[in-house]
Amino acid sequence: MSGVGFWPPSTLEVVFLLLGLVAVGSALMVVTTKQLVHAALWLVVCFGALAGCYLVLTAEFVAWVQVLIYVGAVVVLLLFGIMLTRAPIGRSDDLDSGNRVAAAVVAVATAGVLVSVVVGGFQHAYADLQPGAGSAETLGASIFRNWVLPFEALSVLLLAALIGAIVLSRTDIKGRG
Amino acid sequence: MHVVYPAVVAALLFSIGVYGVLARRNTILVLMSVELMLNAVNLNLIAFDVWLRDVLHSGQVLTLFVIVIAAAEVGIGLAIVLAVFRTRKAIELDRLRDLGEP
Amino acid sequence: MIAALIVVLPFAGALLGLLLSRYPHGRSPAENLAANKRAAWFGVVPTALSAALIGWLAWENTPSTNVLTVIDTGGISITVGLEVTELSVLTAMLVGVVALAVQVYSVGYMRGESRYPSFSAFISLFTSAMLLVVFAADLMVLYVGWEIMGLCSYLLVGHWWEERANSRAAIKAFLVTRLGDVGFLFGIFVLGFAADSFRISDILAADIPQSTLVLATLLLLAGVAGKSAQVPLHTWLPDAMAGPTPISALIHAATMVAAGIFVVARLYVLFPQPTLDVLGVAAAIGMLGAALAAFAQNDLKRVLAYSTISQLAYMAAALAGGARDAAVFHLVTHGAFKALLFLCAGAVIHHVGSNLLHHMGGLRRSMPVTFWTMTIGYAALIGLPPASGFFSKDAILYGLERSTSPIQLLLYGSALLTVGVTGAYATRAWLMTFFGTGKIQALPEPAPGTAHIFDGREAPPSMLWPLGVLAVPALLLGFTDVGEFHLAPAVTALVVALLGAAFVYVVWRGSPERDPARLLGAFRDPCEQAFYVDRLYAALFVRPVLALARGVVRTDDGVVDGAVRGSGRATVGLSGLLRHLQNGNAQLYVTGVLAGVLLIAVGAVMLG
Repeated sequence: MSGVGFWPPSTLEVVFLLLGLVAVGSALMVVTTKQLVHAALWLVVCFGALAGCYLVLTAEFVAWVQVLIYVGAVVVLLLFGIMLTRAPIGRSDDLDSGNRVAAAVVAVATAGVLVSVVVGGFQHAYADLQPGAGSAETLGASIFRNWVLPFEALSVLLLAALIGAIVLSRTDIKGRG
Repeated sequence: MHVVYPAVVAALLFSIGVYGVLARRNTILVLMSVELMLNAVNLNLIAFDVWLRDVLHSGQVLTLFVIVIAAAEVGIGLAIVLAVFRTRKAIELDRLRDLGEP
Repeated sequence: MIAALIVVLPFAGALLGLLLSRYPHGRSPAENLAANKRAAWFGVVPTALSAALIGWLAWENTPSTNVLTVIDTGGISITVGLEVTELSVLTAMLVGVVALAVQVYSVGYMRGESRYPSFSAFISLFTSAMLLVVFAADLMVLYVGWEIMGLCSYLLVGHWWEERANSRAAIKAFLVTRLGDVGFLFGIFVLGFAADSFRISDILAADIPQSTLVLATLLLLAGVAGKSAQVPLHTWLPDAMAGPTPISALIHAATMVAAGIFVVARLYVLFPQPTLDVLGVAAAIGMLGAALAAFAQNDLKRVLAYSTISQLAYMAAALAGGARDAAVFHLVTHGAFKALLFLCAGAVIHHVGSNLLHHMGGLRRSMPVTFWTMTIGYAALIGLPPASGFFSKDAILYGLERSTSPIQLLLYGSALLTVGVTGAYATRAWLMTFFGTGKIQALPEPAPGTAHIFDGREAPPSMLWPLGVLAVPALLLGFTDVGEFHLAPAVTALVVALLGAAFVYVVWRGSPERDPARLLGAFRDPCEQAFYVDRLYAALFVRPVLALARGVVRTDDGVVDGAVRGSGRATVGLSGLLRHLQNGNAQLYVTGVLAGVLLIAVGAVMLG
């Protein structure tokens, strides 16, 4: 595996890198844009690009779930949140706190540490991509054969989250105190 | 496919998420940044699952679980944000300082 | 076996008196009286039994040793045992009789006193401790008794602790004797390690090098000087007169102060000539100085206290001059007549309500029994025939005359001079107390610390009986040793003493209203102040120590406490700085946490 060099990159790698560039760029837009709604929309782009990345990495089922849940549900939920909190729709200059410089320093430092670590640790690792490793069939078999118990626990968690969200959102349920 | 590529992309995404969490005032934007960080983790999970050819597909299965948990987290998070908004008429993080030393 | 019983009986009496006297508890006058009555029985009966057993032991007169157990200390073992010797039986006899007399006497003296139960229990405890010292077969056991005596002395001198002066006197007595006891303990250690045993018989038989002996006995001498109130540790004894008079009689005249002399006599063969010379010089200074001080005192009890120092120095001089038997003889007779004198003084003070000589006078008629017994006591003190003191002083003077000690001349001269001064001060006290005109004024309510005013003509029978009982040995004890009588020193001493007495009498006769102490002229004030030794000690030791203590307090306040308080303030100040970070902005906190995590990660990588 380590025999494969970095140059020239294969087609898949080029596609992946382009998608990754889109994802990173749109993520940057998410955290820097001056308009709230645009942030949500850039998030859609980012998630879409990530779904593309998953596809390239042969995780097709996860990619579709990503599109369905993140792009379809989570972003819509966030948009609802923006709407319900009567956030300003247009440009607003006070979306960043005074903590920006410190945040940038910490983020850059985090990036530096993580990148140097992963580059140092995995520079010779090479994954042979074989289609079908992430198909719905294999994943379904795996989930319902080996991961049933976590799956069930997760369903209980979802139920709890559901009830919790309802309780938190409704104004006619008062606390005991 | 070199594992370094997805790993570096994930690291950058994660750092961007960190920046967002630390720098944004609006709570909903902070939640979005958290989602970014979760997605960075997901990308890592997928990449290493593919690389390791895990027979249990634990990386991809965990990704699914994380997605589910993220959905639940966003739901609860938004409910909390809404509750805070109802009681305080503000969701700017740096205005919620009741626990600060006066 | 009997010796053990003798020691344990008063101890049991003390325990019972402390624990059961006040049972059932109550504070009403009737219950107080009942408690005092019970305490009196607990005090008198065991002491009486003990005294009787000592009498039996003296009758049998067979030296014996009983060992209860040997305590293995890992080093030199301690033998818990009692040894009966001729000397110890003699001394124990004195202790038992005086203690019994004092117990009976204090029943009357302390009548109605609410703290009488503890008082009598402490007397019993003291008796037990003294008997333990007397019979101890092991130096460590002896030391235990020695220290308990010191404790009892402290407790009893401070019996009327409401008066600040009394508790101060108690503390002074405790501290000064303690100072000596440190030396005593180390002396015991040196002897014990040199002889590889703490048993007295082993130590006496051991072959110890001369230099070690000098060191050990000099250390022992410190303890002896402390307990027996010898120069330079004598200053506590006059102040200890703040205690109730029976205590002065028992502890500070007859027994405890004699313990030092007893120990020297017990270990006499160990004492090399250099140590005896040191003892002799201290004794020679002490006997004359204390006698002169006694002449100038105005307080009757202090007169007797200085007289005690002087007489103890007499015994020490006899020991230093090699006349051990004479010293022991004088120890016994002195114990008898000095206890008698103190008890009489107590009766007088009880009657007058004051300690001061110039408040007294003309008591001859109102207190006939006390007058006659005290006269016997004074006669013995001066050394008039046929009282006991005459014979014992004669023995000492004879011993000093023929002594081979290098300081024989000093000892003999000092002793002879002291005989004269003794005659003078005893006559002065006697005349001022019982003759002349009565000066009893109605004193206001007596302060605690002085005796209570007694409104009868003469002391109660429980006080008079002990006087009578003690007068007999004070008068006749001398005849037990009449075979050793030597005419020449006796006549010399008698003439000198009578000279002193006659001189005072003539001066007093001239104007009975005035104190014969004016004889001393300009010398009177130094004598009354006991040659300023107390002031000297105050300047030399007390004040520097106090200054040092104040310095320590200041250091403790400023430096130690300051460091503690400073660190507290520094913490508060620093946390005040950190408080500004606690501004409620959660993002700032998270920033800090993440930065910290990064630093740790980088640090781990760098250092790893």
